[in-house]
Amino acid sequence: MTNENLIQYIYGIADNSLILGQRISELCGHGPTLETDIAMTNMALDLLGQTRSYYQYVAELSSKDITEDDVAFLRTEREYKNVLLVEQPNTDFAYIIVRQYFFDVFHFMLLKELENSKNVNFQAIAKKSLKEVSYHKRFSGDWLKRLGDGTEESKQKAQKAVDDLWVYTDELFHMTDHDKKVAEAGYGVDVTIFKTAYYETITALLKEATLNIPDVKYFQKGGKNGIHTEHMGFILSDMQYMQRTYPDMKW
Amino acid sequence: MENMKEKEQMKSLEDIFEAKIARDEKIEPKDWMPEKYRKTHIRQISQHAHSEIVGMLPEGNWITRAPSLRRKVALLAKVQDEAGHGLYLYSACETLGISREELYHQLHSGKAKYSSIFNYPTLTWADIGAIGWLVDGAAIINQVPLCSTSFGPYARAMVRVCKEESFHQRQGYEIMMTLCNGTQEQKDMAQDALNRWWWPSLMMLGPTDDESTHTEQSMKWKLKRKTNDELRQQFIDQTVPQADILGLKVPDEDLKYNNETGHYDFGEIDWEEFWQVVKGHGMCNKERISARKNAWDKGEWVRDAAIAYADKQTEKEVKEAV
Repeated sequence: MTNENLIQYIYGIADNSLILGQRISELCGHGPTLETDIAMTNMALDLLGQTRSYYQYVAELSSKDITEDDVAFLRTEREYKNVLLVEQPNTDFAYIIVRQYFFDVFHFMLLKELENSKNVNFQAIAKKSLKEVSYHKRFSGDWLKRLGDGTEESKQKAQKAVDDLWVYTDELFHMTDHDKKVAEAGYGVDVTIFKTAYYETITALLKEATLNIPDVKYFQKGGKNGIHTEHMGFILSDMQYMQRTYPDMKW
Repeated sequence: MENMKEKEQMKSLEDIFEAKIARDEKIEPKDWMPEKYRKTHIRQISQHAHSEIVGMLPEGNWITRAPSLRRKVALLAKVQDEAGHGLYLYSACETLGISREELYHQLHSGKAKYSSIFNYPTLTWADIGAIGWLVDGAAIINQVPLCSTSFGPYARAMVRVCKEESFHQRQGYEIMMTLCNGTQEQKDMAQDALNRWWWPSLMMLGPTDDESTHTEQSMKWKLKRKTNDELRQQFIDQTVPQADILGLKVPDEDLKYNNETGHYDFGEIDWEEFWQVVKGHGMCNKERISARKNAWDKGEWVRDAAIAYADKQTEKEVKEAV
């Protein structure tokens, strides 16, 4: 396992937190109630905080003299390794919640394993993040139940979001060559081991929310190899605006 | 005869109420209060709450574009604090017998006002620094006296609000300081932001005393402890030396320290601009209200779902209990 393997492995985890954190940040000030606005902003804060811990570690590992901000803001689109799920737009509150829930359950299971990593940095980040993510999972899961088993309108909207976003769930369990090497070294996690548990968990909650499980034969993939949906370019042009316009400055 | 008795009763209630305020005791939601006191407080507290949540928008405008992860997280947390302030101010207001829905309706319909400064656009990252430094700075000056106002829930909410606002102000000043220690481009950005936010910040302290309609009554109820002009002078005296430290020039040719009074003399404020913005002609008035209205309208089905779900759960519990 090389440092490059390790860095690429970290991107595969941290970029999810960054891009989802960025997506949720867009909502700050626009939530359906003040209480949900505050709660969603909290999740964005947690995710971005986790991102910083990972990227600071990348900066340490890198042979170049870089900072967390270089990692966050100065890569090209193909260099971001987040899954497609987290870059999907905030179409409506149902999409926001379903995207969150599909990710949170995975994230929680990943961190549970990462806590046992041989790498002390991963152990520490996972331990801290688990507390946060168990709250995220409860928030999104509770809301998904409310939307699914709420009114006829909310049920329809929740079902549409589930149907549209389901195709992005399989990619969560893809392992790149970097992932495999880091997992073999006992630093990373073999995510395939909890794939069954993941689908059991979300299926059970969808049933409780009186929603149907989509019958999908083909899943989308690409993000883990840096091949993103068209949304990604806009997320980055927004996020990287300052760093690109005013290079090499301290903020 | 009946009428006389009622009048006497009313008089004694009013006497008790006024004596309480004079003794610096708090008026609590369940206490008797004159209708005018209740209405004035609903107006002022809700206006304050609306300012917090509308105020989230100009700063929220820069969250996705913040220049570093540290700044992004700090800005998110700051805007979230404003949401929190809105939340406890609305709650304080609700204790006076008005619902949050009704308060929102007043904001969306234009009946209720909010601080006019939020109708100005945030054009560069330096605006985020300038808002923290100047707008939160002016807000603190307005708000610190309210920590000892007569209405208990408002006073208690303000204690917490002020603590957080003073943190925000330092954070804003620190953004300005970083820019002023940076490249020429960053310094120019900081100066430009000061140029645009200075005068609106002075206007934030309210119309001049002879134009202000509510001052006298508000003084009596301890809703106000100093006049607008006194507060404005305090803000200028405190802020000009801070601009000096940054190496920025306050955009007022008439600004000069007066050795005799110990205060800064300053130039004429463009009150015409102030009233135009209050009337809805600021650059962002329409955007701000439509963003709030949009969030509320688009959230209706979500709130309905939550209520429907909660009702179903209660029904289930009742059935299980039977």
